[in-house]
Amino acid sequence: MLALRGLEFAWAPGSVLRFADFEVAQGGTALLAGASGSGKSTLLALIAGLLTPAAGRIAVAGTDIASLPRGARDAWRGATLGFVPQRLHLSASLSVAENLALPYFACGAAVDHVRVAVLLERLDLVGLAARRPHELSVGQAQRAALARALLRRPRVLLVDEPTANLDDATSATVIKLLAEATSESGATLVIATHDARIRAGLPTAQVLALEAAT
Amino acid sequence: MRLIALAWRYLWARPLVAVLNLALLALGVAAMSFVVVVSEQVERSVQRDLAGVDLVVGAKGSPLQLILAGVFHLDVPTGNVPLATVGLLREHPLVERVVPVSLGDSLRGYRIVGSTLQYPALYGAQLAEGAYWQDKLQAVLGADVAHATGLAIGARFVGSHGLGSSGEAHGDTPYAVVGRLARCGCVLDRLVLTDLASVWAVHGHAAPDHDAAQGDHDDGDGREVTLLLVGYRSPLAAATLPRWVNAQPGLQAAAPALESARLLRMLGAGTEVLRGFGLVLLLAAGASVFVGLVHAVREREPDLAMLRMLGAPPWRVAALVLTEALLLALVGALVGLALGQGLIAALGWELARQRSLQVSAIWGSWQQAVLVGGTVGLALLAAALPAWRALRLDVSRLMQAPR
Repeated sequence: MLALRGLEFAWAPGSVLRFADFEVAQGGTALLAGASGSGKSTLLALIAGLLTPAAGRIAVAGTDIASLPRGARDAWRGATLGFVPQRLHLSASLSVAENLALPYFACGAAVDHVRVAVLLERLDLVGLAARRPHELSVGQAQRAALARALLRRPRVLLVDEPTANLDDATSATVIKLLAEATSESGATLVIATHDARIRAGLPTAQVLALEAAT
Repeated sequence: MRLIALAWRYLWARPLVAVLNLALLALGVAAMSFVVVVSEQVERSVQRDLAGVDLVVGAKGSPLQLILAGVFHLDVPTGNVPLATVGLLREHPLVERVVPVSLGDSLRGYRIVGSTLQYPALYGAQLAEGAYWQDKLQAVLGADVAHATGLAIGARFVGSHGLGSSGEAHGDTPYAVVGRLARCGCVLDRLVLTDLASVWAVHGHAAPDHDAAQGDHDDGDGREVTLLLVGYRSPLAAATLPRWVNAQPGLQAAAPALESARLLRMLGAGTEVLRGFGLVLLLAAGASVFVGLVHAVREREPDLAMLRMLGAPPWRVAALVLTEALLLALVGALVGLALGQGLIAALGWELARQRSLQVSAIWGSWQQAVLVGGTVGLALLAAALPAWRALRLDVSRLMQAPR
């Protein structure tokens, strides 16, 4: 499903990140592990097609992302990937339900209200649909961001540092939620993390250990 | 979620800024709309009321006052001139038409104008009901007068001396209403028309022979008219006739075209100030929209980056910013137009109360369309840079940066 081959990225001349070859099957889970600055978030951005590699290839479901024209990458990303950023980035101006409509706005499609209702139900957000993000607890906000990422049935779910700054109990809940959600949807789960609790919570996950730039 | 709905939500995410920008835009549009519509209507009204009058001849005094009193019925006349002047002017080879007008009384603030049937004919007036006068002390009401007084055909009324409603009533010489004019949108709407002889009868003069009022020589028994509306036989008259009139003892000539141009120039100074004020407000609104959107885009960068992450192409994100500005401009322009029309309606009401010029609110003029288009253009211009920034977002940086 997801394959990295000879991948390199340069933020600046002389500062090149090299990534080991790596492959994850459909429905599998991969952890991008490493210290801060090791390139975890950069690799997520490369997989999302937001950055272009200096060398090598990233293939998602057989598609070489770098070979897609820039305009096509947006449509591909919206249709193929789900993304939960570290800071969640729920729009403070909108309610939870309206935040869940954003993936449809992004691709110019009509809102699938049935799908929204299903995810609100599944992630226990029904009573919170009219609330603004600042009215949610950390766990509720995580669930809302996850629901937004899953709406368009992504084939790959990218999650950036989902447990950073969370206590153990909340962290365990989030890890369980991610595992269940991807297990139900059959999506490939890619988590960028330096949190050992995630590795412990997802013992079967493949791990790609990243090192600082060379 | 549609683009417009999302832009609307983002617009009201900062309600104070939105209201401030809307207020600035609306005030600017209202001021501009007010000035454009009112100045156009006043100018059109002036041109309409000047129809067929090339020269006004009256007693010595201010020429502008003569025009204001004799053509627009907005001022007191400079005095009276002998009835014999009618014949004197009619004999002049450069004069085609002389319409004598006598003023002095009013009905509830509406002027009673003694003249000949040539006077309503100058404006192409049509009777809505009844007939023109056949004898003295018969009156025909203008449309506004009939509406305001409720006087019907056959009703009787007495005039008050002077132009105010508190003047001495001429109770022993009542008028009978014999006709009502159809609305012409001109000065006749707010006048009571009667025969010249009525004015003399009310003020204690015997009526002259009918021919005297129609222009033959008066016999010099002291009868007077207030002023004369003159039509030229030839354009050459404009060069010589006023000078000739001014050389006659006690007579003053005023050219309506010159005096009304002077009047409009005087009004024009105020108009320009208001127009400038409106423009400054609009430019201030444009600057405020620009600053507001720059801040909004900066604050909202993570939201916009998230949209890109969710698959939105850059143009859709930029369109969101432009749509927000567009909605702001449209709402501001519509509120401003409504406010401007409200001000015009209030002015029209006050002018009608003062029996003055007609001004009324109008919708759908090309000037209003230009104003809305200009406001939208200004807002889009103000949104151009913020939209460009939204277009060029560094999504990967924003997705990684802690907030």
